[in-house]
Amino acid sequence: MDLIRAVTQDQLRTDIPSFRPGDTVRVHVKVREGQRDRVQVFEGVVIRRRGSGISETYTVRKISYGVGVERTFPLHSPKVEKIEVVRRGKVRRARLYYLRSLSGKAARIKEIRQA
Amino acid sequence: MKGILGRKLGMTQVFTEDGVVVPVTVIQAGPCVVLQKKTVETDGYEAIQLGFGDKKPRRATKPELGHAAKANTGAKRYVREVRGVDLNAYEVGQQVTVELFQPGELVDVIGVSKGKGYAGPIKRHNQSRGPMSHGSKYHRGVGSLGSIAPNRVFKGQTMAGRMGGERTTVQNLQVVRVDAERNLLLVKGSVPGPRNSFVTVRSAIKANG
Repeated sequence: MDLIRAVTQDQLRTDIPSFRPGDTVRVHVKVREGQRDRVQVFEGVVIRRRGSGISETYTVRKISYGVGVERTFPLHSPKVEKIEVVRRGKVRRARLYYLRSLSGKAARIKEIRQA
Repeated sequence: MKGILGRKLGMTQVFTEDGVVVPVTVIQAGPCVVLQKKTVETDGYEAIQLGFGDKKPRRATKPELGHAAKANTGAKRYVREVRGVDLNAYEVGQQVTVELFQPGELVDVIGVSKGKGYAGPIKRHNQSRGPMSHGSKYHRGVGSLGSIAPNRVFKGQTMAGRMGGERTTVQNLQVVRVDAERNLLLVKGSVPGPRNSFVTVRSAIKANG
């Protein structure tokens, strides 16, 4: 058996919903402030997923006070309390870097309509 | 001093409790067998001889088989000595497992680095290159070879040549996890050599405290 995979097996999270680039997600991040923990929500569009196994990461982009902010999270990070999928987007690329040069109406992503 | 022999399996990452990613090398260490105890009276120094990895009896020489038979095992693929151990704590034929090490401990890992072949001075000795443009004809070559006064080049002059494939020690790596069930040692950071290469893990000789 692949021992390296086996080593990280117990740290893989099973509560991750399926999401793809183009989806809008709400990431609940645990933040430590002094002694107490607080949950911060980071909501935006997933523009990339890369890697596999324990080292898989995804990047979420949002516009905060007119400034584009991107955060990359490890998919299996214990710091993330939960991930909520808000909206499924219809995109034709795996890496949505083109969103960086678009703003306002042009940066919208069509929603997938379920039949 | 503690030591164990093993095989580098490759690298991965683990999360600490507070969610920090730690890059680790997975080493399959042991179980090793104590093949011989070297003493001052008979050998002039103190050490234990460890064997790791089985060798087919057909491929072993008779002296190898006989030597291993004293420890009640078969011939071993890798045999190395560890010096500076407490000889009373070991018996010939005894098994040495990864439980020797505790998480948080500092270790040195010795291996043979990846061979890079014939490499130029920039890669081999971290020299800097010349300008690539503006009419420069000096790009990645070896620079000055020293003064012309001695009419020769001094020994040790850094030049192009074979790189890698030599014994390398990485010091003070932290043990992140010990998996006794699978004989695995997770060490923070990288370790010399390609995957599946033979490595020696010993307690750090320069650790503070």
